[in-house]
Amino acid sequence: MNAFMKKLKSSLGGLAMPLVALGVLILFNLIRCAVIGDFHFFAVSVASDDKGSVLSGNIISIIDSASVLAIIAMGMTLVTAACGGQDISVGAVGAIAGAFFVIMMHPQHEAQLSTLSSVAWPNVILGVLAAIIVAVVFMLFNGMLVAYFKIQPMIATLILFSCGRSIAYYFLFQVLGVGSIKLDDPIIFAMGKVIPGVPIPTSIFIVILMGLLMYLVFKRTNLRLYTQAVGINQKAAQLNGINPTVVKLLSFVMLGVCVAVAAIVKCSNLGTLTTKSLMDSIEMDAILAVAIGGNNLGGGKFRLGGSILGAYTIQTLSTTLNAMQVSPDSMKAYKAIVIIVIMVAGSPVVRKWLVTQSGRIRTAIRSPQVKEAK
Amino acid sequence: MPKEDNQVVLTMRGICKQFPGTRALNHVDFTLRKGEIHALMGENGAGKSTLIKVLTGVYEKDAGSIRIEGVTGEAKIHSPQDAQNIGISTVYQEITLCPNLTVAENMFIGRTRSAFVNWQARNKRTTEILESLNIPARAKQELSRCSLAVQQMVAIARAVDMQCKVLILDEPTSSLDEKEVEMLFGLMRDLRDKGVAIVFVTHFLEQVYAVSDRITVLRNGELVGEWPVAELPQVQLVATMMGKSLNDLESLELVGQKSVGSEEVVYEAENLSSTESKPFDFSIRRGEVNGFTGLLGSGRSESVRAIFGADQVTGGRVRVKGKNVQIATPHDAMKNGIGYLAEDRKRDGIIADLSVRENIILALQVLKGFFHPMKREEMEAFADEYIKALQIKTASQDTPIGSLSGGNQQKVILARWLLTHPDYLILDEPTRGIDVGTKLEIQRLVLKLAEEGMSVTFISSEIEEMLRTCSRLIVMRDRNIVGELTGDQLTQSQVMQTIAGGKQ
Repeated sequence: MNAFMKKLKSSLGGLAMPLVALGVLILFNLIRCAVIGDFHFFAVSVASDDKGSVLSGNIISIIDSASVLAIIAMGMTLVTAACGGQDISVGAVGAIAGAFFVIMMHPQHEAQLSTLSSVAWPNVILGVLAAIIVAVVFMLFNGMLVAYFKIQPMIATLILFSCGRSIAYYFLFQVLGVGSIKLDDPIIFAMGKVIPGVPIPTSIFIVILMGLLMYLVFKRTNLRLYTQAVGINQKAAQLNGINPTVVKLLSFVMLGVCVAVAAIVKCSNLGTLTTKSLMDSIEMDAILAVAIGGNNLGGGKFRLGGSILGAYTIQTLSTTLNAMQVSPDSMKAYKAIVIIVIMVAGSPVVRKWLVTQSGRIRTAIRSPQVKEAK
Repeated sequence: MPKEDNQVVLTMRGICKQFPGTRALNHVDFTLRKGEIHALMGENGAGKSTLIKVLTGVYEKDAGSIRIEGVTGEAKIHSPQDAQNIGISTVYQEITLCPNLTVAENMFIGRTRSAFVNWQARNKRTTEILESLNIPARAKQELSRCSLAVQQMVAIARAVDMQCKVLILDEPTSSLDEKEVEMLFGLMRDLRDKGVAIVFVTHFLEQVYAVSDRITVLRNGELVGEWPVAELPQVQLVATMMGKSLNDLESLELVGQKSVGSEEVVYEAENLSSTESKPFDFSIRRGEVNGFTGLLGSGRSESVRAIFGADQVTGGRVRVKGKNVQIATPHDAMKNGIGYLAEDRKRDGIIADLSVRENIILALQVLKGFFHPMKREEMEAFADEYIKALQIKTASQDTPIGSLSGGNQQKVILARWLLTHPDYLILDEPTRGIDVGTKLEIQRLVLKLAEEGMSVTFISSEIEEMLRTCSRLIVMRDRNIVGELTGDQLTQSQVMQTIAGGKQ
């Protein structure tokens, strides 16, 4: 029991920053609700329509809407840890993956090309596979620039950041003749929103699935050790037989898988694929999630759980501001303020100060006992 | 000679410093007088580096007071900048300059008071300083292009130029060769005669007696005492540092029997060359301990790096246990049973933020393969075993290796390679920056391993150390092998002569 508590303590210790940030946001909402005397914000209700009943409410909506960000943040964490930099092309590569997802599912002989309805299961599987493969290929392009040519990640990924959406548009337009397509099919609905008969949004299951996949990868391989070793001291890692180029490429492959899955969830959820706007400006939120998760953006040690919590923290913030009826125009300013506070509170300077303070309190508590013992 | 007036420049009283899990300093006093060279001695983890870091504002002290001449009351030192402002300059063991800046930029970085900089004047001034100190570097040269030794000297030049009252030299000689050490000592004596108080931290006992006036000894974070150098003979000093009587020390001299090895050749290279080293032939037998020697930059490290595949191999044939193999990467070498402890521990050895445990199992884990991670219990058992066997001082196996003292870090890296049970282990400067006790421990360990059948190549800047452990010495000069010494030839003068290229 004691050993278990110790283990729990040590694993939670590293997650202090996102946990505290999330906790403070929840506390803030509790106080806010108490002041206005209305706890509707925390309510979870059951909404029913002709397609079945679904849980709804702010909490469910936070967990649901943060899914896409959480999935991308997982991959971003790995790339950050291995390469000491971030990939800013995730949104654009997501658009390409989304385009291939739709292209592979589309029967293409219909007159109506701008709507996709009634797809068959084999095509869906084909679409998902195509999206993953395409995203991985494009991410390998990024990875090659970073790992082999040793270009700064942000500059290397700037290329796809700039032209990725044009590539996505090009393929979609070449094959289907449209730049945007409506997805109106029960299977896609089930993938992006809810499976009929299951009251919980599908995206939550997909996050859990991706989390499990990552867990298995870390459990069955040395990816964590290798990634951290390369991120902390590449030369030493190399002298211990690790190939840094391969490790960095692997991190991009993992990111590719994450981006493809996120893109599929996102466009299925929206019920429409627009190459111009799918997962627009998600890259900055993903980097932010990694940072709030307490991970060093310069690479090295990382905590996947932290980044996932970071994603939920960002979404909680947005939902809170929404509930406070902050206008969409001023939303970003409020968000920025809160993020500054979180980042400063988690900065090394403040952390060090906290450690010394807690140390002083501890010695103050302990010293009388020491005297007694003597 | 030291000046007669014993004017005190610096007093530290009752300094305490606690780290998680260890008490680094426990009520330590230290007194420094004007115009003296004061050696600060102690084994690894005795608290020398911590004391200096407290003095220079890198660490905040938990308790105690520091007074310095020219400042009334207690000196408030909260940052290296504070220390610099009141006249305390430091040159650390690890070079803390910016390798990507030029020599001149490094000389003046962090000392700017105005917004405008006259680089021409600075380059000129730098050239003057370098010339006056005989440092073979140019002002506009990028620092990373200088050798380690020259980088160290630039750091000292920088400190000297800051008109300091107290100059702290933390292991300044560990990467210098003999000639450079003499040059540095000359400089230190000059500065002493000008009234600078110098704190000299080193592991080289002879050097202490060559330049110091006074010695302060620390052990386990506590002050043992302060002596004028004449009153503390070398043997006594070692005994004081280790907290042992003289009788214990005598046994230390007996390191063990040198190992010549059996007939079986474990590793053999023919015309091996890399991007950094010229072609050379080399072989080692099972259980043999041999060594590469030569001046700094003679190519000894580059040669062993070629053996391990650490630099890009450009040619040559390699046989391991009689079989032709290709060693192009460290991983190839490891698969063939070769281990390599790199010269620069900080840059090429430790993974600073990872735990002691992860650092120990790293090489074995890589050998086991990407898809075969070890179980947690297995790792813990290995870590425990080697922490005990090598007496690694660490709060726990979860402690990041970066927070250990240099000697203990080195033991962890040694444990990493021992854990892979290599047939052939290359140790490049395993004893650099390590206290006497640990040095002997490592030498004994090497001989014990050889007895058990491991072949070891041992490289050290200290010739005595190599003479004590190696049965065969390969002497290098200007990146070529110029001689091989065995048996009776293994004497200091013979090695010197071969290095120098003198006729016999």
